[in-house]
Amino acid sequence: MYRRSLFGLAAALAVAGTSLFAQDMIKIGAIAPKTGPLAGGAVVTQWPNVRLWVEEVNARGGLDVGGEMKMLELIEYDDKTNPGEHIKLAQRLATQDKVDFVVAPYGTGFNIATAPIYGKFGYPMIAVSAITDKMEELTTRYPNLFFTLGTTTAFVDGVKEILIEQRDAGEIGNEIAMVNVADAFGIELADRARELFGEAGFDIVYDKSYPLGTPDLSPVMKGAKESGAKAFVAWSYPPDSFGLAEQAIIEDLDVKLYYSAVATSFPAFKGAYGNKINNVLGAGGTNVDNPAIAAYRKAHMDITGKVADYWASANTYASLQILEQAIVGAATLDREVVTQYIKDNSFETVMGELSFTNNFSNTFWSVGQWQDGVFRGVKGSNVIGAVPVRAKTGWSD
Amino acid sequence: MNPATVQELIWAGVLVALAAFWPMMSNGYWLGIGVDVMMYTALATSWMLFSGPTHYISLASAAFFGVGGFVVGSGMSDYDASFWSMLALSAVIGGVLAALIGLATLRLSGVYFVIFTLGLAEMIRNLVSWVQNNFLGSRGLYVLTEFTDAHLYWMLLLTAGCVYLLGWIISRSRLGFALRIIGGDETVARHVGINTAMAKVILFTTTGVFGAIVGAIIAPRWSYIEPNQVFSPQLSFFVVIMALLGGSGRLWGPVVGVIPFLLIWNWVDSNFPNQSILVLGVAFLVIVYFLPHGFVGRIEQLRARARGR
Repeated sequence: MYRRSLFGLAAALAVAGTSLFAQDMIKIGAIAPKTGPLAGGAVVTQWPNVRLWVEEVNARGGLDVGGEMKMLELIEYDDKTNPGEHIKLAQRLATQDKVDFVVAPYGTGFNIATAPIYGKFGYPMIAVSAITDKMEELTTRYPNLFFTLGTTTAFVDGVKEILIEQRDAGEIGNEIAMVNVADAFGIELADRARELFGEAGFDIVYDKSYPLGTPDLSPVMKGAKESGAKAFVAWSYPPDSFGLAEQAIIEDLDVKLYYSAVATSFPAFKGAYGNKINNVLGAGGTNVDNPAIAAYRKAHMDITGKVADYWASANTYASLQILEQAIVGAATLDREVVTQYIKDNSFETVMGELSFTNNFSNTFWSVGQWQDGVFRGVKGSNVIGAVPVRAKTGWSD
Repeated sequence: MNPATVQELIWAGVLVALAAFWPMMSNGYWLGIGVDVMMYTALATSWMLFSGPTHYISLASAAFFGVGGFVVGSGMSDYDASFWSMLALSAVIGGVLAALIGLATLRLSGVYFVIFTLGLAEMIRNLVSWVQNNFLGSRGLYVLTEFTDAHLYWMLLLTAGCVYLLGWIISRSRLGFALRIIGGDETVARHVGINTAMAKVILFTTTGVFGAIVGAIIAPRWSYIEPNQVFSPQLSFFVVIMALLGGSGRLWGPVVGVIPFLLIWNWVDSNFPNQSILVLGVAFLVIVYFLPHGFVGRIEQLRARARGR
């Protein structure tokens, strides 16, 4: 949580032999979980990208702010997956550490909970791991808050489109087995899915929820199997996305379409089940054939020693690139000017060219699929390189 | 627990009045800590109302706190209700819930009661998720208000003041007397004709009411309510440790426990981030070995010694 990354400073001292004073640094504050329920996601998606970005920028000699090169200094804290804690630490960043800019928090609830605090101090927040349908109300209320990963409806829509395509192709019928984790995001997605799937003429023959942290998902999967539906959709979180896949393998769930939401795109998902999860669909996606993405993934591996996930990792890095380009473009550390610069300009990132309309960037992947060891984007908004969806054929290696 | 004196009440009034100026003297980080201090003061004092005289250790604070947050979140995002009506409703629901639980479980004593209350928060969290999932549906529980930390601070201060006043009145009433006898020996209390079950349920209900009120007031600060966060068991332990650190002999005990604990906690948290949980353990040891009656007990001991000289 509290670690000042001074490698950049050390490097600069060695090269230039001149002393750098505190005012020559740009202080960047980052608060996200390192412990608690969301830590598992944050250490895959959030933290490595923050470090990667700081290290890369400092290796380049820092950021050019109005003709003066400034190095980044990272101040990081663990919010313990506790919003109250995060708010307090955010106040600490602003009033004690006096950071110049912040990395937006990890998780929908955390971005919303901290928007008033960061807004009060004028920090632009380029949120990544935050998905909501209340974007308009939130960005009107908090003009410093930007969204980059899509809406709840867009996520359900992506799955709906695939269901319709597969029905038209004759792979699945009208019956869907749907389960969800009974927690904020899972309930929200399932609620929306009932509406949208119903409108599209689907019949949810099995609709079941389970509490967050359920260790035994076997009854849930058995029920889905008995329903006989050829399409299985799970609005799940990290621990249960894994648990459901495991049960599907055990039960040999006979479906042509299998979708589980968050964490399906994690490299660890394939690490756990190998090729058994070939053709499993999940939230997210990326285009690994894009040279920019490929270069980013390589740098991620080289510097952090971890494989980037196949979804929000690239978006997280892109959000930091936006911040970087806005600081350089605005040629100032004045947060109000930088925030306005983000609203008015477009940015070259690993996700392609990004710009904001009403604080919302409409470039994101919504559904991806494990195809021969790589999780590729199959549905998205304004993204290039979507591959066709394949039908699931069994759970053997 | 001895009955509180009028002198104590006057002191408390002065302190509340002084505390009300805190938001004008600080902002940002220190105001945030002030909000935490007020939140735990209200929770620990209301915990003390019940657990102080009866010696029943309740780990149910998170259950009532969570219910308050959840009622506000659900009401404001699903039914467009106002914050104030939901605040009132959460107090009612917290009270009813506590009364029901009290009726069902206060016949348990000792460690059985502790274990039951520990499981309670988890049970209610699951129950709430189940109800939300099957009957309410949701687009996320948003609590968007115009309240700043200063507003929340004052609301919590007012709540803490009310808890104290209620505790003061109870401790001087027949009910308070009855509770002290129950705490001394429950069998004796029953034999002298005290309706022990009723007395305990009434006190447990007030704890529930205030727990829910505090949860409801904190909800706007979090803006987005997730059941697994408002029902965090850590909160229950914090409340108990702070109350015991302060000392259960006096109504003002929790205050002298909450402030040092939170200051140390925050200091450790920002300097040795991975060791903060250690503070909990050390606090426990300090209570057991050095401060069995909390700071209050130690202060009174020193005072008595000074007088004896």
